[in-house]
Parts: sequence; structure tokens; C-alpha cells
Amino acid sequence: MSTKIFVILFATTALVLLTVVMFFPQSETQADEFTEQDLARWQEEFMSVVNKGRELWVSPDLGTNGVACAQCHPNAANTHPETYPKFQQQLGKVIALRDMINWCLINPLEGKKLALDDPRMVAIEAYVTYERRGVPLEPGKH
Amino acid sequence: MTHSCLTRRDFMKGAAALGALPVSMVELTFADARENFTFAYISDAHIQYISGNKFVRNWDRGLIRAVAETNLLNPKPDFVVFGGDLAQLGMKEELDHGAEMLSKLDYKTYCVMGEHDYYLDLGKYWSKLYGPHYYSWDHKGVHFVTLNSILTYDDWTHERWPTAMQRMIEMAGLDNPNGSPFMVGEEQRKWLAKDLAKVSKDTPIVLFSHSPIQKIYKGWNFWTEDAEEVQALLQPFTTATVVYGHVHQIQYNQIGNLSFNAVMATAWPWPYPQSYAQAESFLPKLTVPMNRADPFFERDATGWQLIDVHSGRVALHYKLYNNADRTVAFNPATGRPEDRTYQAAENRISPQLHY
Ligand code: HEC
Ligand SMILES: [Fe+2]
Ligand SMILES: [Fe+2]
Repeated sequence: MSTKIFVILFATTALVLLTVVMFFPQSETQADEFTEQDLARWQEEFMSVVNKGRELWVSPDLGTNGVACAQCHPNAANTHPETYPKFQQQLGKVIALRDMINWCLINPLEGKKLALDDPRMVAIEAYVTYERRGVPLEPGKH
Repeated sequence: MTHSCLTRRDFMKGAAALGALPVSMVELTFADARENFTFAYISDAHIQYISGNKFVRNWDRGLIRAVAETNLLNPKPDFVVFGGDLAQLGMKEELDHGAEMLSKLDYKTYCVMGEHDYYLDLGKYWSKLYGPHYYSWDHKGVHFVTLNSILTYDDWTHERWPTAMQRMIEMAGLDNPNGSPFMVGEEQRKWLAKDLAKVSKDTPIVLFSHSPIQKIYKGWNFWTEDAEEVQALLQPFTTATVVYGHVHQIQYNQIGNLSFNAVMATAWPWPYPQSYAQAESFLPKLTVPMNRADPFFERDATGWQLIDVHSGRVALHYKLYNNADRTVAFNPATGRPEDRTYQAAENRISPQLHY
């Protein structure tokens, strides 16, 4: 019975495959493979944001009183990014790292809070997290 | 030579309105009870100028509180030591404002040079206020010495930076890789050797420095480059203690005959070096760290200390504003400074956690 169906199925599959191959001409490489150059470029992009974060970290101009984050947090120590989100008992709710970054910005630095998607916020997060690399994630930990 | 940094007297009114005293006093201890006495230690005020007549409020409050509380001590301490870093960037405005606040102390006050006081004009203006950078004096049978331990290589100081302010800023950043390790230097070591030559080996020595005179973590300059050479000058004495600031946290250690005790800052607390995940550090094993500070309570983990002196040994009483008080005292049985409550892991009463 099914020889005919089989042939049709086979032909259709072949056609689909052909279309796929034509769409992705380098189909012999996998879609998510990348080169050493890619890796180097991505690392460079990442480190440029980390370095921006470090500049903001030591900047007397991030807040309004000339105080810098680094004055109390050398090398971003004691910011514990690996523990966020966590229940910040002083605020009575679960918050993200960026909320606590803003808290310190508003209080000891007497500054204005950053929008959560502000590139400076991303840079500060990148720096803080980078200084803590290698430490296991422990969300919620105090 | 005795030198006092008490330039003006201006008595504090209304200080009695304050509540419980966060005092860490220093009492020197003698076998003969007659000789016991106390002094207070205030350090690391970091008075920071903004503009016009504005200063960072948080740091001002720390120093004002410490001075007001020290003035309430009863019995009165014999004197006060200010342990350095009066200013943040060594500016005249900052030193003047800080000196004004310190002048409200009702006691004779001895001052130590900090790197934040020094690297703008190499201590010139500080000297106008407080005199020589290193000196010694005797008090009730104890020989006291103050060193300027925050000097560094001449090259770094004189050749490296385009402006004095640039130099100051580079040294002010604790974690700044462009900084340079602290040292006492040859000139002062020679002076110290001569000064100590006149003192009998059983006279208790108490030395004040800003940096630790021991090597804890170079990355943050919890460090003195010629620490071993200075220690060697003190080791021949049966009873010798170094009290230092700069680290903004409780630390203590014993190396041979030499006890080490650090004091807290009035401005802000620092993380312990082991909380920095990327570097190895050498916090003395003896030290039980302070609890983590609560940033929502801005004076937490800051404060000052009352030191009592028995038999030439010091006991530091740290009154912690938002935590159980601590006392770190020399224990004659073990021959080292110990926390009277929080001791080695196996006999700790309750942990002072540091995460
Ligand atoms: C006056 C000193 C001071 C300054 C300046 C300061 N902080 Fe903090 N901050 C603290 C203290 C103290 C803590 C509590 C540390 C701990 O939990 O051990 C803290 C906690 C944090 C935490 C949360 C850590 C935790 O686990 O709860 C983050 C994130 C943080 N700071 C970010 C910043 C940023 C970003 C800046 C600059 C905008 C800044 N801080 C400036 C004192 C300061
Ligand atoms: Fe300091
Ligand atoms: Fe210092």
C-alpha cells in the first residue's frame, strides 16, 4: 500500500531539506558555533562596560556630595551581588541588586537614582559582579 | 618632646543630652593599681569638603559625636589621641574644619598623620596646626611614640604626578592600583632607634601609627613596607604595643613581644580584606571580625575607643553604636590580645559573623 505514500513523503522531506540548505548556505557549521575572534570581541565589549563601571565606582560626580562608592566599598567588596535578589529586611521586601545600588546612591552619595535600564546602572552592575566572579550564586542569602 | 593638637578650647554645651555612650576606651594596665590610667582614641574622620561652606554631613556627624561623647567620659581620660585621616583630600578647608571640631575636646590631644592629611602638601598645613610629624613623650611610666608611617618611595611622591592634587587623589583611593605602599622610612627609623635607646627595656612602650606596622593586605595598603624593621626596634622591650588607625575596623594581633590593636573610624567602616574575592590577604588569625555594618544606620560600625592601661598593657573598649560592645585586651595567660567575649572559633560565645 504505502510505497506511494512513502515516495511522496520522501520527496517532500528532500524538498524541505533542500530549502533549508539553500537558506543557510554554511549549513556544515552549527548555528551557535563561534570563533576565537568572536570570543575576544565579546570579552572586550564586556570589559569596556566593566571598566566604565569602575570609573563610575570611583567617581566623585556620581552623587552630589563628592563621595564615591569606592570610599566604602574598595574593589566593590561587601556588595554581595551573588545574594540578590534577596529579602532586604530594612525595606521589608525582596529587591534586586540594582535597587540596593540605587539605595546607596541616594543615601551615602546624596544622589539621584538611576533608571533601571540606564547604561550607567548596567555598567555598575557589571563592575560589581565582575569583582565577585567565581563566588557561587546564593540568591536570598544574608 | 610633647606636642598637643589642642589649639583652641571651646566647651561643648548640651552634650549631656546624648544617650548611651558608644565608647571604646583604652586603659593601660600596671601591676600597681595606682598607675592605671585611660585615654581615648578617635580616628579617621575624613572631613570632606564639597564647596562653599559645605562638607559631607555624614562624616561631620561622626566626628562631632565622637568628640561630644569623649567629653562626657567619667572618670576623665588623661588625654586623647587622634589617629590620622582628619581630612579626605588634605585641603586647608578640611583640616581647618576638622581641627575646629577636635578643638572642642576638653583634653590634651595628640595627633597622628594620615595619608589623607599628607599627600596634598606633604604635611605642611597639618604641621601648622599640629607641629612635628613624629615625636615621643612619657606619661605615668609609659613611653609613648607617634610615627608618621604613611610615607612612601620618593619617586612616587616627587616625580610621578603632574599636580599635588593628582598625587593626593591617587593615594586617597584605597583600592587604587596607582597607589604606593606606606613606609616609616629610614630617617624616622634612625630617630626611633635613638629615642628608644634612652628607655629601659622594661618600660612599657605604646606606639601610635596610622598604618598597621604589619603586613595584612597590600592591595588596600593595610600594610607598612618597612614593618619588620620597625618591629625589630620594638621587640627588645618586654611590653610593647602598636595602636593604629587607617583600617576602619577592629583588628588585633601579637607578633613576638609586640601587641597590635586597630581602632575604628568615625567616618565609615571598611570591609575586611577577606571579603574581596579576587585576592589573598592576611588578616591576623587572632582577630574576630566585626559584624557586617547596616548601611541603613549610617553610624553603624563607626565609633571611637576608650583605652585603659594596666601594667603597660592596653585594653580597648569599643562601644559599637548598633551592636554588642566589644573589649579587646591583652590576656597575660595567653600572652596576646583577645576579645573578652568573642574568642577563637572553638570557644566563641556567639559568632560575630562577617559574610
Ligand atoms: C558610607 C559608606 C558607603 C558608601 C559611600 C556606599 N555604600 Fe554601599 N553599603 C555600605 C554598607 C556599610 C553596606 C552593608 C555592607 C554589608 O552588608 O556588609 C552597603 C551595602 C551595599 C550593597 C548591598 C550589600 C548587601 O549584601 O546588602 C550594595 C549593592 C551597595 N552597598 C552598593 C553601593 C553603591 C553602588 C554605592 C555607590 C553609589 C555605595 N554602595 C556606596 C556603605 C556604603
Ligand atoms: Fe582612613
Ligand atoms: Fe588612612
